[in-house]
Amino acid sequence: MKLRDVSRARLAGITPGVVLGLALALFACGGGGDRNVIKVGEFASLTGNTATFGQSSHKGSVLAFEEVNQAGGLLGKKVELESEDDQSKPEEARTAVLKLIRQDGAVAILGEVASSRSLAAAPEAQRAHVPMVSPASTNPQVTQVGDYIFRACFIDPVQGGTMARFAYQDLGVRRAAVLVDVKNDYSVGLADFFVKTFQQLGGQVVARESYSEGDIEFRAQLTKIRETDPQAIFVPGYYTEVGLIAQQARELGITVPLLGGDGWDSPVTLQIGKDAVNGAYFSNHYAADDPSERVQGFITKFRQRWEGETPDAMAVLGYDAARMLADAIQRAGSTDPQKIRDALAATKDFPGVSGNITMDAERNARKPVVILKIEDGKVHFVKALEP
Amino acid sequence: MEAFFQQLVNGIAWGGIYALIALGYTMVYGVLKLINFAHGEVYMMGAMSGYYSARWLGLSERPGAASLLAALGIAMAFCAALGAAIERVAYRPLRRAPRLAPLITAIGVSLFFQNAGQLVFGADPKVAPQLLETREVLRFGEVGVTNLQLVILGVASALCVALTFVVQRTRVGRAMRAVAFDRETAALMGVPIDRVIAFTFALGSALAAAAGILVSLSNPKVDPLMGLMPGLKAFVAAVLGGIGSLPGAMLGGVLMGIAETLVAGYLSSTYRDAIAFVILIVILVLRPAGLLGHAAKEKV
Repeated sequence: MKLRDVSRARLAGITPGVVLGLALALFACGGGGDRNVIKVGEFASLTGNTATFGQSSHKGSVLAFEEVNQAGGLLGKKVELESEDDQSKPEEARTAVLKLIRQDGAVAILGEVASSRSLAAAPEAQRAHVPMVSPASTNPQVTQVGDYIFRACFIDPVQGGTMARFAYQDLGVRRAAVLVDVKNDYSVGLADFFVKTFQQLGGQVVARESYSEGDIEFRAQLTKIRETDPQAIFVPGYYTEVGLIAQQARELGITVPLLGGDGWDSPVTLQIGKDAVNGAYFSNHYAADDPSERVQGFITKFRQRWEGETPDAMAVLGYDAARMLADAIQRAGSTDPQKIRDALAATKDFPGVSGNITMDAERNARKPVVILKIEDGKVHFVKALEP
Repeated sequence: MEAFFQQLVNGIAWGGIYALIALGYTMVYGVLKLINFAHGEVYMMGAMSGYYSARWLGLSERPGAASLLAALGIAMAFCAALGAAIERVAYRPLRRAPRLAPLITAIGVSLFFQNAGQLVFGADPKVAPQLLETREVLRFGEVGVTNLQLVILGVASALCVALTFVVQRTRVGRAMRAVAFDRETAALMGVPIDRVIAFTFALGSALAAAAGILVSLSNPKVDPLMGLMPGLKAFVAAVLGGIGSLPGAMLGGVLMGIAETLVAGYLSSTYRDAIAFVILIVILVLRPAGLLGHAAKEKV
């Protein structure tokens, strides 16, 4: 396209000035040189195995920047969100971030939900010194990549530990089994911290079995777990497998409650799991039936923008991450990536929908964990636990 | 001990699926000496056609035997046509080419369906409609057997018997055996080679479609890449049983299912995929003809 335009212009014998103008215009398109726009990049799993994660966080971020632009933009400029689909694949996530930084000239990057994909992409953002804010990656290693990587959510030690405390103290569980997705950093992290906290409290972990993302047959592992007679099974996986696991567990006559993390937060858990997920508990970032003004106001706005859809936690975090980034750019007073980074690191008591966010020294957001229960095919708020 | 029997039940039901896919591999190999690597994708298309036909016809609102049979029928008919079409387009033009050419083409067809599937159906997994309520129907002590597991085994066995009948007792079956035995001579005797080969592909693909429907009954998640691993493992199952041998494919499939379940149950699920390839290596070293394969006498 580019070459053809230029050569055609030469053939027509147009003055060098026009050619120069044309080339400049093309440069502006490719290089992000437009001075009236702040470009923010986003990489998300819009398709693939965990597509609802990316679609939800994307909708949240889009809504956030639309609000920012309606209120006059940032530093007198409009914010433009460049979105890249990574197809739920870590290698694609890395490519997407490289493109956002090098071709689109993004001043900051939002993404990803999944820890394994954030981990694949974060080193590129760090190397280029472009701040990256993950809405929902809870694995501790993500922000350890470097001082340009932030997150708008709590981390696995907090989430896994809180679920262990909830199981031990509120459900009275003393014997727990764990079924972990060994191909998934998030799942392994959550399982490790659950086991650690549960044992510290005095509980016993009677079985630790594994599966791999994409598996559909879990009866062998579940049969083995059934033999150890646990009082609850912790399954810190993603929603596609969780529903199948629940179904096959019930089929084998396992009736004890299943426990999980925020990876369960998708309508697909209920679609695949149906009755089998009733009675299960999982930890999350927010509850849609939380009566607070801030949450209900957000739900109303989100429904108006996205055809009546109720936001899940990933949508809330996508929104919070984008608003937090916008707030940092405003406070930085500049689009210089380093100044944005410093402003992000100084975030204190930012009023997010998922709770007040303060960045700690490791660039992790500190805020409460919500426990939810599935009953009659619906998700209910149980309680919020401080970390 | 009861856990062991439960694992055995799980493994046999799981192996029934592999057995159905392995039959298609082995039949095509028997008549063409071609390993049809696109076979796993036919299985995926079977599951997908079941998914879409169940949705369009509203079968999931009326779960039961009739809906299941309808979905099976549609998927098998569709994939039989698809299998014959693949043969016509991709393999028939290469009938006289060196053996490596169709093999590479088969890998190409497989990649084509994986990626076209992601384009057409979307890469995100779909929840297969429930055509049958899960119920536990048999119980021995701690060992439970569900109706789904019985249906899988029942359908798989019925199809195996039907297939054996077709191959051993019908005219077209005799033609298939003749082509497998010696294609050139069969052609000289007036056997319509092309039609027999197309029929073999159709038959094998219909069985793969049945496997696709059965797997989406007990593990209701379908996606465009679902055929990759089961396809490879069913291939190993066919080699284990003796490629070219029908009873061998059934035996190999069931053994593969049991091996995988026991490995996941007693060692670690991490080795579940590895065991298939360990079996492949061991069988190739110790008994290259497979468990039931003889030196090229009884094929197809």
